[in-house]
Amino acid sequence: MTITKKLLTSAVASALLVGAAQAEISDDTIKIGYLADMSGTYRDLAGPNGEAALRMAIEDFGGKVNGAKIEVLTADDRNNPDQSSSTVRRWLEDDKVDLVAGLVASSVTIAVTKLLDGSDTLGIVSGSAASSITNEHCTPNHIHYVYDTYPLANGTAKAVVQEGGKSWYILTADYAFGHALEGDVTRVVEENGGEVIDTARHPFPTSDFSSYILQAQSSGADVVALANAGADTTNAITTAGEFGLTQSGQTLAALLLFLTDVHALGAETAQGIQLTTGWYWDLNDETREWSDRFMEETGVRPTMVHAGIYSSAMQYLNAVKETGSDKASDVRKQMMATPINDMFAKNGTIREDGRMVHDMYLAEVKTPEESESEWDLYEILRTIPGDEAYRPLSESKCSLVSSN
Amino acid sequence: MTEILGVPIAVLSGQLLLGIINGSFYALLSLGLAVIFGLLKIINFAHGAMYMLGAMVTVIMFDVMGINYWVALFLAPVVVGCFGMLIEYFLLRRIAGQDHIYSLLLTFGVALMIQGILTNIYGVSGMRYSMPEIFKGGFRLDFMYLPYYRAWIICVALVVCFGTWFMIEKTKLGAYLRAGTEDSQLMQGFGINVPLLVSLTYGFGVMLAAFAGVLAAPVYSVNPVMGSNILIVVFAVVVIGGMGSIAGAIITGLLMGVIEGFTKVFYPEFSSAVIFLVMVIVLLIRPSGLFGKEA
Amino acid sequence: MNNAETESELQKTMMGHLKADRRRKLILNLVILALLILAPAVIYATFLMKILCFALFAVAFNLLLGYTGLLSFGHAAFLAAGGYTTGYLLSSYSGLTTEMGIIAGTAAATALGALFAIVAIRRQGIYFAMITLALAQLVYFVFVQAPFTGGEDGLHGVPRGHLFGFIDLENNVAMYYFVLAVFVGGYLLVQRIVNSPYGQVLKAIKQNEPRAVSLGYNVDRYKVIAFVISAGLAGLAGSLKTVVFQLASLNDAHWHMSGEVILMTLLGGTGTLLGPVVGATFVVNLEYQLSQGPLGDWVDPILGAIFVLTVMAFRSGIVGEIQNFMRKNMS
Repeated sequence: MTITKKLLTSAVASALLVGAAQAEISDDTIKIGYLADMSGTYRDLAGPNGEAALRMAIEDFGGKVNGAKIEVLTADDRNNPDQSSSTVRRWLEDDKVDLVAGLVASSVTIAVTKLLDGSDTLGIVSGSAASSITNEHCTPNHIHYVYDTYPLANGTAKAVVQEGGKSWYILTADYAFGHALEGDVTRVVEENGGEVIDTARHPFPTSDFSSYILQAQSSGADVVALANAGADTTNAITTAGEFGLTQSGQTLAALLLFLTDVHALGAETAQGIQLTTGWYWDLNDETREWSDRFMEETGVRPTMVHAGIYSSAMQYLNAVKETGSDKASDVRKQMMATPINDMFAKNGTIREDGRMVHDMYLAEVKTPEESESEWDLYEILRTIPGDEAYRPLSESKCSLVSSN
Repeated sequence: MTEILGVPIAVLSGQLLLGIINGSFYALLSLGLAVIFGLLKIINFAHGAMYMLGAMVTVIMFDVMGINYWVALFLAPVVVGCFGMLIEYFLLRRIAGQDHIYSLLLTFGVALMIQGILTNIYGVSGMRYSMPEIFKGGFRLDFMYLPYYRAWIICVALVVCFGTWFMIEKTKLGAYLRAGTEDSQLMQGFGINVPLLVSLTYGFGVMLAAFAGVLAAPVYSVNPVMGSNILIVVFAVVVIGGMGSIAGAIITGLLMGVIEGFTKVFYPEFSSAVIFLVMVIVLLIRPSGLFGKEA
Repeated sequence: MNNAETESELQKTMMGHLKADRRRKLILNLVILALLILAPAVIYATFLMKILCFALFAVAFNLLLGYTGLLSFGHAAFLAAGGYTTGYLLSSYSGLTTEMGIIAGTAAATALGALFAIVAIRRQGIYFAMITLALAQLVYFVFVQAPFTGGEDGLHGVPRGHLFGFIDLENNVAMYYFVLAVFVGGYLLVQRIVNSPYGQVLKAIKQNEPRAVSLGYNVDRYKVIAFVISAGLAGLAGSLKTVVFQLASLNDAHWHMSGEVILMTLLGGTGTLLGPVVGATFVVNLEYQLSQGPLGDWVDPILGAIFVLTVMAFRSGIVGEIQNFMRKNMS
């Protein structure tokens, strides 16, 4: 009995010793690889300005962790998983990158996180929407930071149904992301006593939505929901405006809209649309102060992805500082143990599946009269508490979740 | 209510109308391509980029100089047309007589450059352009609500298409053009400046694309990549019509708009591919397209 | 008598030239092969494998464009068909050895190629290009819809598995030499075809199709066979790529990919065996290097400028221009 105890303690002690011996910053540098779409469809929501946000974080942190310098490598993912996988393999093998940040297109994210799995490098996903990234595709080497499809549906759809929008027509982009969103919305609508009367799946990308808007109008649904993204969404919203969709009494709900999309549409066209966002620049003094600095740097207001990149880089560097290690498992453990309280999130926590759970916001686009400046676009209607917004662990298919 | 395959006739009539409207865009774009290919034998892969430029120039002229829609409707195509002529003069002219594939590669390269540079300046989220006041509102038809602007698109596109067809097929200028590009030496002998004629023709084809771009500016998201996906669809339209056939491009453009429109009702997922299915079938039955001369 | 003698002498010297030319080419090829064998010591192996896959793809494409005169605008369909088939089979059936997955992928692409060829072969020039594009767009639609491709997210985590059941391909060195061996095999096959009597007929078709017909050749059959071989090799390239990267994505099926292979081939030099290899190396490298650096957001304009420059100044492509230069200065 005592012997086993002794053995155990010594085993633990030696494990700790080994742990401590390993806890150091390899080659005395923290290398952060920023991988994002710099030239294609998703350029504006992360892109070059996301790199600016990352560099701001490093500068604010002081440029060094425990004496080790911090370096940034950047690469354009070209929205192409094999191009990205070449880049990341090289980062892992030759450059010994410690953190991969950015990560936008979900096909790229899934490919990259599969590569990271089992390595000493951590990935923090800020741009992707797919909730599968921390569900069936979860790995111990990544964290999904800003948002995913689950709270998008949960926030917007729930609010709209509760306001009386009972029958739904969903216009879905015909690819994995759109299908996931459509599924989540349908579930939320039905759970809250509503009904999805019809859906139409449009090819990605589509420029002319008049045909679908007409079908939506003749369906007689209370709510027309857009389960698509980017130019598809802005095109659909413009066309809905032109065909007087809202004037004829239907509600338009966009499930994924970034600030840059709304800015492109303008308050005139986008007014009244409800959406869910993980962050907004004009929430409080802290967010405004940071956004002013960001704007000085880039000339635009940050999206939730930009803010997420900044915040997650700060959290990462703090964790490296605390543990004195740049090993993914050490850093991730430390990040999970530390609640996130900064301009991006209050009491945000990283779960075992890698999901960063934080409050989401239900927002409505202001009318041109209410909007005081070019970027004064959202009115926050309600805060959705994090554990209400995200997929509960009990429904998780992630193999890291201990209950599974 | 009467129905076809479970869809009310009223809905179908609406879709038919919308199909014609979209078809007008295809007609304008494919007409420009057909002019350029039919007369110059150039495969213009920069056509989508020119369409995009038409829309971008409209928006930029408004933002910077406050130039309104009506002026832009003339000015933007002229600006883009001149740009096209520069491309013809400095680049395309120097590879005249070479295999088609080189004009394809060259214009594709040009398109990549234009798109890439504009993306770096303006981003990809799209630019705001408001509908001119006069077009706000619409007709309340029995079967649908037709915004004034969409009605305007049909009218003006059809007028421009018909005018172009008339000019090329029925006037003296058109006859010179066709003769000049077929036997340039002979026409040179008649004292006609053939190189200028070629530049003008390319410029004109590009203008048509830019004109479609101006028409699109108030209704579609205006961004540097808006032309890249429409390009191959428009190519398909030209091929179905019969390459080089002016009337074929116009009629096929409208027809494909309608076919695509109905597909969006019955099998929306397939709507981006249906034109290619039509193309395979047409080429199997008529190797030179619907209106092409048998080779 | 005298005349005949000089003639035969002329023939001899010509044969000699030809032989010398062949020998020079052989030496060049051997040098390149030696460099490829040594390369992973210096250059990062995954990247080399990517280049080899695309080089094989371009070599396959060039068999059509460069030696038969057929411009296919739908070769992405074969690359993707190979990739998806191999990816799907290797992920779903763990008993399958890697080479079986690759063979199956190649077979699928070959079958698809036969289908394309039957529909398209009678069409000439630009119509041939457009009908292959149309068919490839329909295939793209199928890949978007079909559940086994994973749609937009792609097919991920394909196991590299064991070659012949015992060589572990998770080892990057083993993987590299396997890819290299397949590439060399594909390259030699195309070289063999091009230099065979069959290849001579293909070239005759390229130069003057009506004449080939009047000489009594069944031109369509020759073209179909060339098309099917080209499609099969493109599929092989796709299968290899899937195994290397352990993923297959829609990018491979998109028409941009069909365009890219045309560009690689033209840039390197059509109608030369080495041209597509050089072109692929150049394009893949350029895209990769540019995307890494501060010029990341300028990849497209720079690529565009290079295409324009190629057409304006180096129309025979990199290898073609070098050959022209050598011919001018060495004979």
